[in-house]
Amino acid sequence: MKLNRRRFLGTATLATAALSAPAVLGQTRPRVVVIGGGSGGGTVARYIAKDSNGAVDVTLIEPTRRYYTCYFSNLYLGGFWDYDALGHGYGTIARTGVNVIHDWAVGVDRDVKTVALASGDSVSYDRLVVAPGIDFVEGSVPGWNVSQQSLMPHAYKSGTQVQLLKHQIETMREGGLFVMVAPPNPYRCPPGPGERVSMVAHMLTQSNPTAKILIVDPKENYSKQALFEEGWERHYPGMVTRIGPDMGGDDFEVRPESMEVVIDGEVEQADVCNVIPAQKAGRIAELAGLTNDSGWAPVMPADMRSRVDENVFVLGDASAQGDMPKSGFSANSQAKVVANVIRGELTGSRIFPARYSNTCWSLIATDDGVKVGANYEPTDEKIASVSSFISQTGEDADLRRQTYEESIGWYNGIVADIFG
Amino acid sequence: MKPRLVLTFCLGLALIPMEALSQASPIGDATTGAEVYRRECASCHQIGEGAVHRIGPHLNRIFDRGAGSHSDFRYSDALLRQGRDGLKWDLRRLDAYIENPRALVSGTRMSYRGLKDAQRRADLIAYLRVYSDQPQNIPEASPTAVIREVDLPESVLAIEGDVEYGEFLSSECTTCHQRTGSDAGIPGIVGWPEEDFVVAMHAYKQKLRPHAVMQSVAARLDDEEIAALAAYFHALARE
Repeated sequence: MKLNRRRFLGTATLATAALSAPAVLGQTRPRVVVIGGGSGGGTVARYIAKDSNGAVDVTLIEPTRRYYTCYFSNLYLGGFWDYDALGHGYGTIARTGVNVIHDWAVGVDRDVKTVALASGDSVSYDRLVVAPGIDFVEGSVPGWNVSQQSLMPHAYKSGTQVQLLKHQIETMREGGLFVMVAPPNPYRCPPGPGERVSMVAHMLTQSNPTAKILIVDPKENYSKQALFEEGWERHYPGMVTRIGPDMGGDDFEVRPESMEVVIDGEVEQADVCNVIPAQKAGRIAELAGLTNDSGWAPVMPADMRSRVDENVFVLGDASAQGDMPKSGFSANSQAKVVANVIRGELTGSRIFPARYSNTCWSLIATDDGVKVGANYEPTDEKIASVSSFISQTGEDADLRRQTYEESIGWYNGIVADIFG
Repeated sequence: MKPRLVLTFCLGLALIPMEALSQASPIGDATTGAEVYRRECASCHQIGEGAVHRIGPHLNRIFDRGAGSHSDFRYSDALLRQGRDGLKWDLRRLDAYIENPRALVSGTRMSYRGLKDAQRRADLIAYLRVYSDQPQNIPEASPTAVIREVDLPESVLAIEGDVEYGEFLSSECTTCHQRTGSDAGIPGIVGWPEEDFVVAMHAYKQKLRPHAVMQSVAARLDDEEIAALAAYFHALARE
């Protein structure tokens, strides 16, 4: 057992509890390995450990020691949220009884059911949960690759990239041009680019009011479009221009060295350029052979089980499940379904039918919050949206302020649910 | 004993003792205030004969009572501190608190956004005063003294919730509502009386309460599931 040194976290509390529940598979304790400690992986690890009272051996593999949420990173850009408040450690998850291993998962052998780590170790599992989030599709933004992320940041995985983007905007020349290259569908956080533009506009209105924002967007339309456009007109008149596919927004190239953006053959000189490339499942999902031609990992709607391996589940952004948006809320919701199913299969506890839901809040300006959400149910084919709601244009300021305050409550709620 | 005589005439005509109403009239209109109370307060607070603490403390004899002074109700630390510092619910303070609870007592557990309209506040306070001025005159056994937000069949209220199922269902709630009972930005729901929980969820389900997320959540919960959640959250003690 190579992992002894790393197993110091959480073992003390498990010693007695392990005796209390029978292991269905006839071994000492059934093993669950979770790859990725974000909203999906962190939740599923914690819930299985918490609810099984130590009857299941849960290992979480996550390279970083501190997780910075993507959600609310736009609010940090806009000056509404502290950077440090985006970061969360794994102490509580470990104290719940999860073995937290800070390492990269570099391969999965699904025949012998082991996960290989960058350190050379390997961990075996009875059930594997793959929740690696996103990676970028190489070549999807002509002229850009990930080695140029310091010149043209993506800032779409939170952390230092968002700090860099904020610094670039803050030090932009007076009257400069901020360009955002928006991603094609499907991508993480559908209202994310619109919220980011709002937050950048908020910051520029205060510090650099003659600056302009240009969005290059290959999509016909995007999430909460009417709400964002109404808000930009009201709060930041004349600052934001969007070039959609009808005006050549699907025909572009960037030149990071010269900070040029070529749209439909015309060259724009950018001062700051935020490139958000096309996306696919995190690389380990592909290495594990769980993805298809779309780049995402198809799953069964009823329980997020991989369509290619009954012992593997794929959660959150990396999964292709149907109608749920790729969001932290969705991943958290899916994780609870998976935790209930895995615990049931391994310990004989009750398995209940899946319930999925999502709400996405966005901030447009000070105290001007909006939201969109839906309930989802599994059908044979996909996870399908069954009912939805969205903030309306023209809502009064009081309601928008409440919606913003609610979003802060949600943030504190979900990070407490996962990490707190 | 004169007021009691007057009262016998009024029984059956109105929920509110009439002579108390006339005394309260300088503040606002208590009859209108009763309707404001039903809309704004009744889902958490009881008032009148037989009123007990629910999500919030009962409001009988609230006038001139010290803040946080019911020893059998669990207040926020913030409200208890204010009470120790001498906050009393006089007309002015009640008005300020109802207008914006967090402005007067930041850190209060009362999840209420406040009532902006000064006239409606005045009417509401006039109504509250009815039950403070001469509480001995509140008609006994008045079936409508304690107002329930939605009318539910007793069979629905009698369902015994499946706590284990409630625990599973609760995972949908705890994305926003913290298990610790914290209520920063989003109300705490831990430790609620089961009936209040059931009534609140049915009020969302029937769209009597306006919140879009909660209407959406409640829409697909059946009576058994609501009871399961109520049982689970009631059993979950506040940390």
